[in-house]
Amino acid sequence: MTTLSRRGLVTTGIGGLLLAGCDRVTSAPAVQRFIDHDEDLSFHAQRLLLAGQPLAREFKPADISPVFRPNGTLRPMTDAYQAILADNFATWRLVVDGLVTAPMSFSLAELKAMPSRTQITRHDCVEGWSAIGGWTGVPLSRLLGKVGLRPDARFIVFHCADDLANSGNASGLYYESIDLFDAFHPQTILAYGMNGGPLPVAHGAPLRLRVERQLGYKQAKYVMRIEAVDRLGGIMGGKGGFWEDRGYEWYAGI
Amino acid sequence: MTAVAAEAAPPQPARQVIYRHSLAVRLTHWINVLIISLLLMSGLNIFNAHPRLYWGQFGADFDHPWFELSDAGVGTANPRGVTRLAGQQLDTTGVLGLSKDAAGNWLPQGFPNWATLPAHRDLATARRWHFFLAWLFVINGAAYYLIGVLNGHLRRDIAPTGKDIRPRNIWRSIVDHIRLKHPVGEEAKRYNVLQKLTYLAVIVVLLPLMVVTGLTMSPGVDAAVPWLTSLFGGRQSARAIHFITANLIVLFVIVHIVEVFLAGVWNEIRSMITGRYVIRMEGH
Repeated sequence: MTTLSRRGLVTTGIGGLLLAGCDRVTSAPAVQRFIDHDEDLSFHAQRLLLAGQPLAREFKPADISPVFRPNGTLRPMTDAYQAILADNFATWRLVVDGLVTAPMSFSLAELKAMPSRTQITRHDCVEGWSAIGGWTGVPLSRLLGKVGLRPDARFIVFHCADDLANSGNASGLYYESIDLFDAFHPQTILAYGMNGGPLPVAHGAPLRLRVERQLGYKQAKYVMRIEAVDRLGGIMGGKGGFWEDRGYEWYAGI
Repeated sequence: MTAVAAEAAPPQPARQVIYRHSLAVRLTHWINVLIISLLLMSGLNIFNAHPRLYWGQFGADFDHPWFELSDAGVGTANPRGVTRLAGQQLDTTGVLGLSKDAAGNWLPQGFPNWATLPAHRDLATARRWHFFLAWLFVINGAAYYLIGVLNGHLRRDIAPTGKDIRPRNIWRSIVDHIRLKHPVGEEAKRYNVLQKLTYLAVIVVLLPLMVVTGLTMSPGVDAAVPWLTSLFGGRQSARAIHFITANLIVLFVIVHIVEVFLAGVWNEIRSMITGRYVIRMEGH
């Protein structure tokens, strides 16, 4: 009996030490930096695979999820968002600026008057779940064509209205970024419609990004401003997105 | 008289040392032990972000999982961990659904902290580890296949021969395993047919299936190779098969370790470290 409990103590002790050791190793900054190279490998491997710019799989209306789980912010509580929501986005304008030849802004009516694309795609959350939904919106390439990208533009940044970290200042505001490879993909759209109706507030009204071929956290909701930049370093946490600033990969193709 | 007899029939050596495992097999084996352990632990951490499995293309909170780790009564005097599998409900308090953290507090979470990497809920870090290790796993596996084909290891040691797969031989091997009878002499120099078939299933089916179902979950790979997703019946099916296959690998490892102990733990482990394996000769 004593032997057993002593053995139990010893195994628990060794197990605990191993776990503590494991955790110390995984949280060491040098180890973390080394491990992070997986992203470069995955990014370059997938860019080779996607060199022909294939479309993400599209589904039939019958395949749409009965309930599309809304995630992240369900209703931004900032004063600015409450104000544009109050008049049903009638006075809201999408700003497109940064490294462009002609900065412009667009009302929701102007966006809806532009040629649109509708696609039924699968939304894959980083957590592991998937939902299928239909999206209608303006191809991002059309907007970028209107404002004209300057040659030094390399990334497109999406500034959002939701204060996900409820930080009180702007540091918790959601934002995302993609490079030009994805920005000019035909399925990269700014959606104002979902499953045949208007885009619900819980899914990012008035406008959300759809960048199919990447995970859910890239699909920025409540997009207020689109900015062309040459690097991501100076923006917010510097990693190119809200979740990227909190440890997730910038390239979310896996 | 005795001296003459001894001269006429010199004693056979009771044991013989053979060189069983090549350096390539030993190296890739131990690298795999480390990589697969860490892949499993980081995989369980990722699973904890959404501890439910579905069949088909989609599946989220409002859909019907066939497997779920959940909790009930957290915050009351009687918190429970609940595992649901195909409509059946099982109380798994303490391990699945609800377990204690290092400080002894109840934690409503799929797999317990002691089984995950890192040892706390951290999807971002677990993903980084999982994908980094997956690259190493693929490189290590590719090296094993390449060397195994070039030096004949796969054909010579793993692939069952025509004689191996005769029903009578398979039946005899099953009986030997049940009786815990281990081969001696010449027989001990080769893998038996159940061993060959098991290793073959792991090397050719289970381990590659982990990689392929893992890749199928990637939205980027899905766009490039959409037939993979169709092959597995959808992304959520691929995720479920990824999980089931991981469990089959754990099952294999348990049986493998039990067999190592039954067959002679020191001899087996030494052969996987130094390559040298002692076989007992028949009649002694």
